[in-house]
Amino acid sequence: MLVFFGRRLLVALLVTLTVLTVSFALTRLSGDLAIAIAGPQATEQDIIIIRKAYGLDRPVVVQFVDWVVSAASGDLGRSYIYHEPVARLIKDRLPVTLTLGLTGLLIAMATAIPIGILAAMREGTLFDRGIMMIAVIGQAMPSFWLGLLLIITFGLKLGWLPISGVDEWDGYVLPGIVLAFAAIPAMMRLTRSGMVDALASDYIRTARAKGLSRASIVLKHALRNAAMPVVAVAAVQLGFMLSGSVVIESVFALHGVGYLGWESISKNDFPVVQAVVLFLAVVYIFLTLMADLLNAFLDPRLRTS
Amino acid sequence: MSIRQIAGTLGAIIVFGVALMAIFAPLLVPHDPFAQDLNLRLVPPSFMDGGQPDHFLGTDQLGRDYFSRLIYGARISMLIGVATVITSGLIGITLGMLGGFLGGRADMVVMFIITCRLSIPLILVALAVVSLVGSSLTVVVLTLGLLLWERFAVVTRTTVMQVRTLDYVSAAWAAGCSRTHILLREILPNIVHHLVVVATLEMAIAILLEAALSFLGLGVPPPLPSWGLMISEAKDYMFFSPWVIMVPGISLFILVLGINFLGDALRDFLGATRDA
Amino acid sequence: MSTLLDVQDLRVRFNTAAEAVRGVSVRVETGETHCLVGESGCGKSVSALAVMGLLAKGGIRTADRLEFAGQDISRLSERQMSRLRGDKIAMIFQEPMTSLNPAYTVGSQMAEVRMRHRGGSKREALDRAAALLGRVGITAPGMRLAQYPHQLSGGLRQRVMIAMALMCDPELLIADEPTTALDVTVQAQILRLLMELQRELGLAILLITHDLGIVARMAHRVSVMYAGKVVESATADSLFAAPTHPYTRGLLDCVPIPGKVARGAPLGSIPGTVPRIPLGFQGCGFRDRCAHADASCATIVPQQTRQPGHAYACRLPAGWVAEPVA
Ligand SMILES: Nc1ncnc2c1ncn2[C@@H]1O[C@H](COP(=O)(O)OP(=O)(O)OP(=O)(O)O)[C@@H](O)[C@H]1O
Ligand SMILES: [Mg+2]
Repeated sequence: MLVFFGRRLLVALLVTLTVLTVSFALTRLSGDLAIAIAGPQATEQDIIIIRKAYGLDRPVVVQFVDWVVSAASGDLGRSYIYHEPVARLIKDRLPVTLTLGLTGLLIAMATAIPIGILAAMREGTLFDRGIMMIAVIGQAMPSFWLGLLLIITFGLKLGWLPISGVDEWDGYVLPGIVLAFAAIPAMMRLTRSGMVDALASDYIRTARAKGLSRASIVLKHALRNAAMPVVAVAAVQLGFMLSGSVVIESVFALHGVGYLGWESISKNDFPVVQAVVLFLAVVYIFLTLMADLLNAFLDPRLRTS
Repeated sequence: MSIRQIAGTLGAIIVFGVALMAIFAPLLVPHDPFAQDLNLRLVPPSFMDGGQPDHFLGTDQLGRDYFSRLIYGARISMLIGVATVITSGLIGITLGMLGGFLGGRADMVVMFIITCRLSIPLILVALAVVSLVGSSLTVVVLTLGLLLWERFAVVTRTTVMQVRTLDYVSAAWAAGCSRTHILLREILPNIVHHLVVVATLEMAIAILLEAALSFLGLGVPPPLPSWGLMISEAKDYMFFSPWVIMVPGISLFILVLGINFLGDALRDFLGATRDA
Repeated sequence: MSTLLDVQDLRVRFNTAAEAVRGVSVRVETGETHCLVGESGCGKSVSALAVMGLLAKGGIRTADRLEFAGQDISRLSERQMSRLRGDKIAMIFQEPMTSLNPAYTVGSQMAEVRMRHRGGSKREALDRAAALLGRVGITAPGMRLAQYPHQLSGGLRQRVMIAMALMCDPELLIADEPTTALDVTVQAQILRLLMELQRELGLAILLITHDLGIVARMAHRVSVMYAGKVVESATADSLFAAPTHPYTRGLLDCVPIPGKVARGAPLGSIPGTVPRIPLGFQGCGFRDRCAHADASCATIVPQQTRQPGHAYACRLPAGWVAEPVA
């Protein structure tokens, strides 16, 4: 268990280091950053000044080491546009993105898991095949388009829910649904196949031979074993949701981390770009790490070894 | 026919239909898709009130014929889909074969690269790359290709591992065949059906991603009629003319659905897995 | 002695062209061990599962009679049947390694049976579980209760399964090849345990096996199955003294039974394998492998009685003698 945890942590650290490099390299893709920052009207003089001011005249290696060292100590640099520490910008925007992601995850799990269980219990029936078909159809829906459709229908035509902003909790409903929509098919499939396997297993036959109630057989004995992969996927999906929130946040004009990333990309605010990339990656790495630990905890075979 | 077979047939018809549309676009369009006519802006489709017979799907906010733009948009989507699958397939299959065939340290490295790729926020990085390098069709294809290979790698790796231990591969070893020969002549043909299914899935994802990037203004540059870009340009008018986002949105949805149906049918037909 | 389980002409069909069970009749008397014996694939497990109402999806069961302790159980709903299972009728399986739920402790899996059927607190149920684990020969039962199945060996798991089956003092225990997956030494221990429990608790056991050695040691009565049908049924003594159906004789020739088969006699074998019998099949299922089959075997199979309590399904007279094979 400890060895497993140690190895897992080491990999997470190495991945983080790689992402640090990638996010740094990313912003250097355009060649000379200073020219991009200065904009098209800038003179030669302006560019030299900018290069000095932002430390871009130093050798790339020095810049990289500087980025790694300060990122490790929590300093993600300063925004060129907002003239604020990037860490504070992200911290301010985080609650919106996190609430959105968790809302999406909650909606996705509340939909996908019960439906997946029902489909597994009715394996091979019209209900099961119909549900699986709907999952395929759902996967083909472009999320930003779905967002716009929901805005037109529920926001404008019916006027039930706000179409942008999150002044109230209900502002999260529509974007949460859109975000959940993308995660539901995978989660449902996984729940279903896990439950189908579990329900066909020998220990379920034993549970039935023991005369246990249907609820106990399905929810206690089968679900517990089918839940492990679903937990892992839920964490991974939350990670995808947080990074996929770029699109949804811009559709619904929510000022979260994704929106911050998009905004800074279009404004050439490189410190923010590389910090947001790094931040979202680290969140993902953290979530998968947590998922592995949770799985190890849920699975007695791993826990006790 | 079962539901699945019907869906599969439908998928094949859709995909080949759109492919034909893309190839023969110049012959099919009634108008120049780039020609603006500011006197004929936001004309509704011909079957709606106020529609005009020679603009079947109406016109956009600059008075360009929507039907013609839609057909040219099919070109972009198909091009993106196919080119991205080729690029990402090359990267992913190579990595997967290396990891699955060599095993040991090489496999650890491959797994590590896959893990790194998965932790990188896809859309944000794609947006950043396109923004920094400058937006063009080529840049979008290369960016997506460089980012979407991990499913190819995972599936190739697992299937190679399964096939590697089978009898005919051992027989080839015993016969003294070279590694390259075994990989390309013995193993690859026996996993190719899995890869075909992954390719369809990846094509659908690439098309959706391109649409999302273009929607955010950092994909295919205007005035190219990418379906995602069409939705983006039209969204300010969607409250009064909802069809401006319906037309490209439904097209995108149907194409991706068709690809997914086709992929599922191929999986059933070829007996492949889609999840590794 | 009264009849505890009475099964007449049980048939099971899956969604295939073949019938897995084509008319099984078995009577298990209170307090006795009844062995159901036959080659692999002849439908023993399916028969047992059908009695329990545990057939896999798609299994269709019919029977002329299906009675447990005088009660018709063929028409019980799933809910009513579940009240009987684990309480009055318990079952243990062929696969001890996979029959316990990997996610829960031994104690919790044992306790839930008792609590489901008899109520009571978890504490009481666990106490009983510990006592039963001790009874089935598991040392340190208190510690075992807190363990997970993967921490136990196959033999221990089968003991746990047996103890779990005893949680509610069942009247009938159906044991489907409980020792097939175990080492030989462990097999002997488990069989001895079952025998002791049977005597001590007055338990009736329907023991499924393909091993005639086990039958010889354990059985009061034996039913021999072939291709989905019971072909011969008798007390153990009568069966070993005077096996009558050609298939039974063939089986006995294959296996050395201590004290029952002459030492030094050559071991025979039955040529061929169990056929798959299509729906609507007429006549004797064994005829293609039988050295004594004639044209009549393709149409009718007479039910004959050798002596009271010893029935067989074959045209041959009770005292037939094998002609030397040319
Ligand atoms: N779920 C099922 N679906 C279809 N056919 C089945 C199913 N379960 C069993 N069968 C068929 O029923 C027949 C009898 O199987 P059964 O498991 O009862 O054999 P058995 O006598 O218990 O053999 P063994 O000694 O190997 O356990 C087999 O031919 C098998 O193919
Ligand atoms: Mg069996």
